[in-house]
Amino acid sequence: MIEGQNKSSIIRMFHVHKNYGTKKALANITLDIPKNELLFISGPSGAGKTTLLKLLYLGEKVSEGQVLIEGINLSRISLKRIPLLRQKFGIIFQDYKLIATKTVFDNVAIVLEATGKKRRFIEKKVKSILRTVGMEESLYSFPLSLSGGEQQRIAVARAVVGDPKIILADEPTGNLDEVSADIILELLKRFHTRGATVIIATHDKELIRKTGGRVIHLNQGYIQKITNT
Amino acid sequence: MILNYKRAIQDILDHRFLNAVTIITIAISILIVSSFALFFVNANEIINSWKKGIKIMAYLKPDTPETKIPELKRKIQRMDGIRNARFISKNEAFQQLKKQMRRQSSLFENLKENPLPDSFEIRLKACFQNQEKVEMLATKLESFPQVDEVEYGQRWLGQFTNFFNLFRLTGYAMSGLFFMATLLIVANTIRLVLYSRQDEVEIMRLVGATDSFIKAPFYIEGLIQGAFGGIIGLAALFVSFLLISLSMERGLSPGLFTIRFLSPGAFCGIILGSTFAGWIGCYLSLKQFLK
Repeated sequence: MIEGQNKSSIIRMFHVHKNYGTKKALANITLDIPKNELLFISGPSGAGKTTLLKLLYLGEKVSEGQVLIEGINLSRISLKRIPLLRQKFGIIFQDYKLIATKTVFDNVAIVLEATGKKRRFIEKKVKSILRTVGMEESLYSFPLSLSGGEQQRIAVARAVVGDPKIILADEPTGNLDEVSADIILELLKRFHTRGATVIIATHDKELIRKTGGRVIHLNQGYIQKITNT
Repeated sequence: MILNYKRAIQDILDHRFLNAVTIITIAISILIVSSFALFFVNANEIINSWKKGIKIMAYLKPDTPETKIPELKRKIQRMDGIRNARFISKNEAFQQLKKQMRRQSSLFENLKENPLPDSFEIRLKACFQNQEKVEMLATKLESFPQVDEVEYGQRWLGQFTNFFNLFRLTGYAMSGLFFMATLLIVANTIRLVLYSRQDEVEIMRLVGATDSFIKAPFYIEGLIQGAFGGIIGLAALFVSFLLISLSMERGLSPGLFTIRFLSPGAFCGIILGSTFAGWIGCYLSLKQFLK
């Protein structure tokens, strides 16, 4: 147990540094994120928002410092346990990361298939979540035949279908028009009210203003300030 | 498990060309390896049938008295490995020769006396029908004072057997090489498939899929490729076998040899081998790719 650990925190970061060669991506990040918080990570491009998210799901390893997820120290996690760790997360990627050769249904179902859920359960759950995000009509469409907003909704559906404890959203409204962005934001808020911890990395100040919550302002890899809106 | 099979079959359908190339390459490798096996099986059988006919001829000295013959016969028959020894008098041998060379009978007319010696035709027990033991018996026979010369007509058989063994060794080495080639081809195809699906594999990992979940369909693909390659290769071999055996029956050398196809055991063994090759090729590729 690390000194001063808050038991209600789901994520803790202690003096975390991340370097890419000689380039410093994150420096001395210390952060406590309680369960069921809706948190924004804000900052200009290159501030380290995406890197910070990647450190949480082990998309990257820290160069220095420690990251704890539900008390599990990511520096000491075995390779075999990484999939289990990632199953705690629902991730919405900036570029959606949908599999172009699979249908909408298969793209969302893959999360449940990977955790060994039964076919009947998968069908029911995927259809239900696609209904929630308003994409039930596109069940057997392929991602590339959909608009950006629709693809983002599929990405949200995939992120939440496994009932994750933590949802990470990297610029979830970055490429969307206002209407599509509002739909995505409403969806994220809905899953937050259902109990998930939601972390949104964005440079969109309007999005933060509309939603409200704690905001971590990053600049050139450092925490510049923490505010509440 | 059913889900993994479905995923594997879907993957095969999505990458039809790559899979077809792999299956055909495996089939060609299997065809070559099993052709060797078929040749060895039949050549071995022919050699064994020739070995059964091995006999030793012991020619006696011209001054051997007739009274010594029964005793010599007893001595020979008491030797290890002798099935039976038949005495052939010089007259009997001459009559046999005349019969065999009926068309050249004029050759015998000018002969003043029978030039052939008395001899023993010695047949061996099955366990003594190999080159080393025949040579050993011949040496022993030569040590009898009455024996002038010992000859075993199939002296060349030893040389042929040596050549055959060398050929068999080459066959094993080539089979090994083709097996390795099959492994590398399967490994490379799976690697190509993996590269073409790198993003998909990465996404699966990011959403929490375990390595075994990602690998399972690839292993099944490898097994299917190996099994199909083996079946197609053996089917091609069987068609070639039918054509060759038909042409042999029709004209080449009817009745001389009866070639036979691989036994069901060997057939199953080859298919299992190619299936295993598919699996291990897949294993090699995945091990490198999903580090």
